[in-house]
Order: sequence, then structure tokens, then C-alpha cells
Amino acid sequence: MNSFQEVFIRYRELMEIAVYGVAILLILIGLYAVLTKKHLVKVVIGLSIMDAGVNLLFVGVGYITNHTAPIFSPGYEDAADKMVDPVPQALVLTAIVIGFAVTALALSLVIRLYRHHKTANIEQLNSLRW
Amino acid sequence: MIFIVFLVIMAVILIAAAVYSVVQKDLLYAVLGTGVVSLVLSVFFYLLQAPDVAITEAAIGIALTTIIFIITIRNTTRDEDKYSEDLINRFKPEEDA
Amino acid sequence: MLKKIFVLFLLTVTGVALWQSFRHAPFGENRVGDVENPETVSAFYLKHSPETLHTANSVTAIVVNFRGFDTLGEVTVLFLAATGLASILYRRKEDEEEEGGHLPVRVKLKSSTLVRTGAKILFPLILLLGIYVFVHGHLTPGGGFQGGAIIATGFLLMFITYKRFNVNHKIMVWLESLSGLAFVLIGLYGLVAYGSFLQNIPWTGRLNDLISGGLIPLIYIFIGIKVATELTNVLDTLMNTKPRKK
Repeated sequence: MNSFQEVFIRYRELMEIAVYGVAILLILIGLYAVLTKKHLVKVVIGLSIMDAGVNLLFVGVGYITNHTAPIFSPGYEDAADKMVDPVPQALVLTAIVIGFAVTALALSLVIRLYRHHKTANIEQLNSLRW
Repeated sequence: MIFIVFLVIMAVILIAAAVYSVVQKDLLYAVLGTGVVSLVLSVFFYLLQAPDVAITEAAIGIALTTIIFIITIRNTTRDEDKYSEDLINRFKPEEDA
Repeated sequence: MLKKIFVLFLLTVTGVALWQSFRHAPFGENRVGDVENPETVSAFYLKHSPETLHTANSVTAIVVNFRGFDTLGEVTVLFLAATGLASILYRRKEDEEEEGGHLPVRVKLKSSTLVRTGAKILFPLILLLGIYVFVHGHLTPGGGFQGGAIIATGFLLMFITYKRFNVNHKIMVWLESLSGLAFVLIGLYGLVAYGSFLQNIPWTGRLNDLISGGLIPLIYIFIGIKVATELTNVLDTLMNTKPRKK
């Protein structure tokens, strides 16, 4: 047990705000950008910030105070009851890679829309509006 | 105590970078802001005992996502308030001297 | 004005709902439970990752073995994204000529000697690091996805530095298809031999040996190759997208 873990125990409330609070704030900032911004690239930036917030929230839920990473290195073969939850980490691992694929596809759509309409403003793309 | 100060500084940098990348009008700087968000986030993952996720975030979030955003800005416009083509010249590569 | 009020309302509702729901899952609480007599799925995975599979990194054990079918889906999503990107950004030759040619995508200015030499030295080292990360995915943090992404950043360095650096598309396509096919074939072998898709072989070696975990290292190597080629293809497609000439 190192001093960092001691601090984690003593300041649990602060940690809760620092992890959950920051993650929820990231989601809100991203959502604000998605809802209000007009430039398409800014909208995708908002999506990627929301993605980051959700990932942090998941890993934060899986964390257990004073437990180590779920890797059975030599010397830690019997420490299974001293490890953090591995399931959210596996989920987030998937989510980051898929998030990259989603961002790349969204940005290629942005490039295509810009080529076709010669504008990146979301309000000027009105050919489907009735 | 030094760790808690470190953590609070990290959290403040994370939120500040996210806000910066949303309010910044120059999209190139905004994209670099999202790069900073990913960087600090990977430190967070490491502190939360998730080294696998930290490596993934470092490789994908910082390098690959930033570069595809930059390529998209190069293909569209750099200024958030100018939606059409006038500003593309700001991205025109320099000619050989 | 009305829109701003609506946005503010939506943000408040989302924030309060998230915060309230996560107050019921206090930070740092042990929700895994007893590992010896598992009652949660996390405890089950933590118990059986070292005991049954002899895999040191239990995140790898979950991603490749326990939830291997999900990973097959994930790789498929990545493949579809790369294909979709290429087809969205595709443009015919006639269109390009009609618009009067385009700027070359990479910067015309030559990179400095320092950058070019440094990139040449760093590129094989980055490839080596990526291969190390996905070969040791079952022992240390890392694995196919991380190693593939690291290899893609190595190719990115070369794309940025050398204006004429091109990957061989034929080799890329073959590597990608064969590694994907190998993943599915390993899964089918499990189905035929042991009765369930992606079932691991009974021999799993010793904990913390390089060759342990049964089929896990093999599958993660194929995933690594597939992810590396797919991400490189995405970067290659995007780097060769040409901005419109004014």
C-alpha cells in the first residue's frame, strides 16, 4: 500500500467529485457543443469529448479503493481479491476503438458534405428540409 | 498531499482543455485542445488502475483522432465563423522556395 | 432565446440525472464481491482467468476469450468503418478533371533532414514496440488493439514525413482478409471440436509463460495485424484526400 492509496481512502469524497464530477462535466460540455454549434467539425469535436466523458465514467465505476490493476504478474498470482473490476475496462477498451471508427466515419461524411454543398454550416445544408 | 494536488490540477486541466476546445473559434487550436483532453484522460485511466485503457487512449486518442480531425479541417474550413471556401487559402501549402 | 433555454434545460436534466444515479454507486466501493465463490460476473472472470485459462492479464482474457464473440463484432465494425470511409471519400477521375485538378495532399515543402533521418530510425522501432505489445498482450498491459494502434502511428509518422511514402495496398488487403479469416477459423475450430464458438483449447500452459493461455495469444496476434492494417488504411485514405483547388 503506497501513500497514493492512503490519500485515495482519506479523500474519498474529493475523489468522487474529481472522477464522477469531471466525467459528467465532460459529457455536458460535449452535449452543449453538439446542441449549439453550427460548424460540422465542432459538432464532431463535441461528440468525441462526450465519448471521453463516458469512458472516464465507466472506468471510475469499476475502480475499487486500494486495489490494483487486474493483472496477475509474478508475485501477485493470488491477489485476485485485491484487484479492481476488469469488466468495465474491457468494455471501455472496445468503446475507444469503436469511438475512433465512429469519429473517422463522421469526419468523412463532413468532408463529403463540404465537397457537395461547399459549406460546413449545419443550417445551410437544407436540401432535405421541407 | 502532493498526490491530491496533482489530481486536482489534472482535473482542472481536463475541464479547461474541454471548454477551450468548445469555445475556441480557430478549429485547429480546438482540435489540439481535444488532444490535451485525451492526454490527461490517459493519465486518469492510469491512476484508476486501468493500464490497458490508458495505452489505448494514448495511442488512439492522442495520435490518430487528432490527425484525422486536422485532415478534415484541411479539407473544409479552419475558422468556425467562415463556413465556405474563402479561407481555404490559409491552408494552402507553401511553395518550394 | 427559446433555443438557449431549451439547451440549458436539457443540460441541467442530463447532469442532475447522471449525478443522482451515480450517487447510488459510491466511488471506490467493492462491487465485485467474493472472488473464491463468485456471485458477480467480474468475480467469475477474476477467478477463472488465472485458474482455468492461465492468462495473467484478465482484461485480455475477457476481451479475447470470455467475450470473444463481441470482439469479432468489434473488428467487423472497424472493418465496416474503414470500408465506408473509403467509399464515401471515393471520387471518379472525370469529376476530378472537371474540377480542374487538385492540390497534392502532402505538404510540398520537403521535410528537414533531421526529421527524415529521425523518422527513418524511429519507424522500425515503433513497429517493434507495436509487435511486442500485441505478442505480450496476455502477460502485460496491452494487446491487439493497442499494438495495432501503435503500428498505425508509426505509419502515420512516415506519411507525414515523406511525401512519396505509399503502402502496398495489395499486401494490406491480403493481410487484413487473412487475419480476419484466421480469427473466424479459430472460432469455427472451437465450434467443431468443443461445441461452442471460440472455445479455447484445454491446454492453457502455465501462468506468466509467454506461450500460455491456449489460443489467446494467437487470436490477439491476428487481431493486432487486422487492427493495424485497418487503421493504416483509414489514415491512407484520409491522407490522400485532396482539398479543392481555389
